[in-house]
Amino acid sequence: MTTATTPASAPGRASGRERGGVPGRLPWPLVIPALLGLAFLVLPLAGLLVRAPWSTLPQRLAEPQVLQALRLSLVTATIATAVCLLLGVPLAWLLARTAFPGRRLIRALVTVPLVLPPVVGGVALLLVLGRRGLIGSWLEAAFGVSLPFTTAGVVVAEAFVAMPFLVISVEGALRAADARFEEAAATLGASRWTVFRRVTLPMIAPGVAAGAVLCWARALGEFGATITFAGNFPGTTQTMPLAVYLALETEPEAAVVLSLVLLAVSVVILAGLRERWVSRI
Amino acid sequence: MFRPLSRWTAALALALAAVSGCGSGGPATSATAPAAGGDARQLTVFAAASLTGAFTELGRIFKDAHPGTTVMFNFGSSATLAQQITQGAPADVFAAASPATMKTVTDAALATAPTTFARNRLRIAVPAGNPAGVDELKDLADPEVKVALCAAQVPCGAAAVKALEAAGLEVTPVTLEQDVKATLTKVELGEVDAALVYATDVPASGGKATGIDFPEADKAINDYPIAALTEAPAGPLARQFVDLVLSRQGRDVLAEAGFQVP
Amino acid sequence: MSGPAPDLPPHGGLHARLAVERPAFRLDVELEVAAGEVVALLGPNGAGKTTVLRALAGLTGLTGGSITLDGRSLHTLPAEQRRIGMVFQDYLLFPHLSALDNVAFGPRSNGASKAEARRTAEALLERVGLVEYAAVKPGRLSGGQAQRVALARALAVRPRLLLLDEPLAALDAHTRLEIRAQLRRHLADFDGATVLVTHDPLEAMVLADRLIVVEHGSVVQQGTAAEVARRPRTDYVARLVGLNLHRGRGDGAHVKVGELLLSTSDHVEGPAFVAFAPAAVALYRTRPDGSPRNLWRARIDGIERHGDNVRVHLDGPVTASADVTPAAVAELDLSPGQEIWASVKAAETHAYPA
Repeated sequence: MTTATTPASAPGRASGRERGGVPGRLPWPLVIPALLGLAFLVLPLAGLLVRAPWSTLPQRLAEPQVLQALRLSLVTATIATAVCLLLGVPLAWLLARTAFPGRRLIRALVTVPLVLPPVVGGVALLLVLGRRGLIGSWLEAAFGVSLPFTTAGVVVAEAFVAMPFLVISVEGALRAADARFEEAAATLGASRWTVFRRVTLPMIAPGVAAGAVLCWARALGEFGATITFAGNFPGTTQTMPLAVYLALETEPEAAVVLSLVLLAVSVVILAGLRERWVSRI
Repeated sequence: MFRPLSRWTAALALALAAVSGCGSGGPATSATAPAAGGDARQLTVFAAASLTGAFTELGRIFKDAHPGTTVMFNFGSSATLAQQITQGAPADVFAAASPATMKTVTDAALATAPTTFARNRLRIAVPAGNPAGVDELKDLADPEVKVALCAAQVPCGAAAVKALEAAGLEVTPVTLEQDVKATLTKVELGEVDAALVYATDVPASGGKATGIDFPEADKAINDYPIAALTEAPAGPLARQFVDLVLSRQGRDVLAEAGFQVP
Repeated sequence: MSGPAPDLPPHGGLHARLAVERPAFRLDVELEVAAGEVVALLGPNGAGKTTVLRALAGLTGLTGGSITLDGRSLHTLPAEQRRIGMVFQDYLLFPHLSALDNVAFGPRSNGASKAEARRTAEALLERVGLVEYAAVKPGRLSGGQAQRVALARALAVRPRLLLLDEPLAALDAHTRLEIRAQLRRHLADFDGATVLVTHDPLEAMVLADRLIVVEHGSVVQQGTAAEVARRPRTDYVARLVGLNLHRGRGDGAHVKVGELLLSTSDHVEGPAFVAFAPAAVALYRTRPDGSPRNLWRARIDGIERHGDNVRVHLDGPVTASADVTPAAVAELDLSPGQEIWASVKAAETHAYPA
């Protein structure tokens, strides 16, 4: 969904080089598809690396627009993740821990942004939060607030698209967690809020973390909903994926560089976070 | 993260059609006919997104004149299409929205001697009712007026820059959209007060946007070149389609869609 | 609640009638537990013992009945306001909190300051002999240690009612003995009411002052361990205490069980139980001379080892078990399917009204 691919870039030449070193006791019906799957995921990245204009890389990176877009991407993806945590964790809790009529329907609705083409999501956001939207027109009239074409609009678009990843992960973690710990806490006099804060949340922390990572990654790569809802203006709403897309129109090489920057930064951050969690648990 | 423009525009158009409940006529991304028989011949045309309406119609005419032939269209951003062609996409004909994108293909020796078959000029598009009261190009420089332009990287954006420069105007848009359809969408939804789009795009809005002509548009006329590709798999069919586009009939169809024809 | 209680009010302790109805299950149980008393709920799996505890704790809703603890109505309160100490079968110590924080959790939740809660927790860990494990996470505690932390955690809310669900079931046989002795001491120190659930009669007898036997959602028998052991009233209890139990009709010195008339040393009229130990049953190859009373013809249904002896399952006018020595098995040449004679002395039977 968020894989960066240049159209028909670098057909794989270096396929499956290291397949020989698999110990004999591993079951090949698993190992072969696994390696193919890995190659499928990694080869497009290799394509980017092979085609990257390494000689002009430093001067391209020094362009202020690149850093501006990168900064905006990191900031908005992080804020969007925070928004998703703030709203998504309670939503997941509601879905996993309470019974109410229409819960199945609500759960299905939560996944809508996953299925919806992001561009359509962006249009839908405009229809609700846009200047003439259902809520947007009221926001504008009452507070003079208009979300489209603002950095806040970018956060809204990213959060909209990324929230299901968080909700689904956290709900899964909640369902897997033993609810009897919560009962034990209740017998000790803890209110539901205390139970959630001191027992539930710490126990599902790995699930929340995983969900937040997915959410952040999805927000970082978000393109369709962002450009449709928030538009594209350097410094305000032009995130890296937007910059990449537009660079692709005229300078495919620049697009490759920007993609690599985005990839490198996200890989470094995710790997760093993972280290920390793994060592903590 | 980025997908071919054609699918993009189609999704946008579909969404608009769906949410507005109005038949604004989402253009099909490809006009395909079922293969007529074993010896059916197939023609693949890569064309700029703004040609969607006119070329779909021309495809129908071409099929009628060449029974048993299938015409496939790949509509998208000219730059993306040019890139796909240079990367080896099996195209027979390329119709671009700018000479620059065509040049990518001719430089790669994949086409020779492109012909300019249509011209497009810019228009100011305003939402129905023109809430900001925009009459002429200089109104766009008013900081109170929210303006959407195409990004400078795409032909309609380049044209807009040229037109504004010619008029000596400083316009700060709220957004630089990735293509002309997306720009027009912002107008249709009333998110911006004005935008610079191609004249051919305004009729496609189904009345939700109104076009205003302005004299400075003459300084930013966009030429549309077409060429049969040297390695066209369909061989002579490619040339025949180009001929149809350049014919009297072809010119009529293009003119009807709002293009200026040479 | 923590004030001195020089004279326990007459309504002190636990009074509860618990009705819980679910599809295919119905629980209706009455419980009276005095302050300082330990009551064991005994019963087969699925009898509803754990449901009783959960209903008392407020984790399972009542469909009827009421709960009063020291004169305070509990059944209308949610679990977190009942202040009942509960020790779960697998302890459910919070895995992310240290032993100390687990114990301090209750006081903290009840509004104690951090320092105050820590002090309470330290004192309780001291009492269960685990102060040096204060900083250890539950994952690194042994089963016996975890059980003690769980008990300390439950006691930390200073409950007036302590609920223990199979407190020793998760322990290995060796640890169980040791922890059982400690638990008995802690329960003796506890001045509130205690209800513990178990399916182990020995555990019930060692730990509890009184037993309540629950089967199919209702109380079938209650009393001290000695009373219950002497006069079982259901097959389940009879099996637990290792007695043969039959239901019949008494007419003074006899109880008629089916076709068989058993003489007993007890005098009982009307519906009656008659119980006797398997060891009191004697087996004969041929009809013994002098025809002792309480003699019947039986068929051997099965033979199995039972401790040092052999347990012979008998089918016939009454089903019964007989314990004989391996030597007797060899001498009598017993094998399943065989027809033999069985008898039990009147003095070794025990009859009581049903």
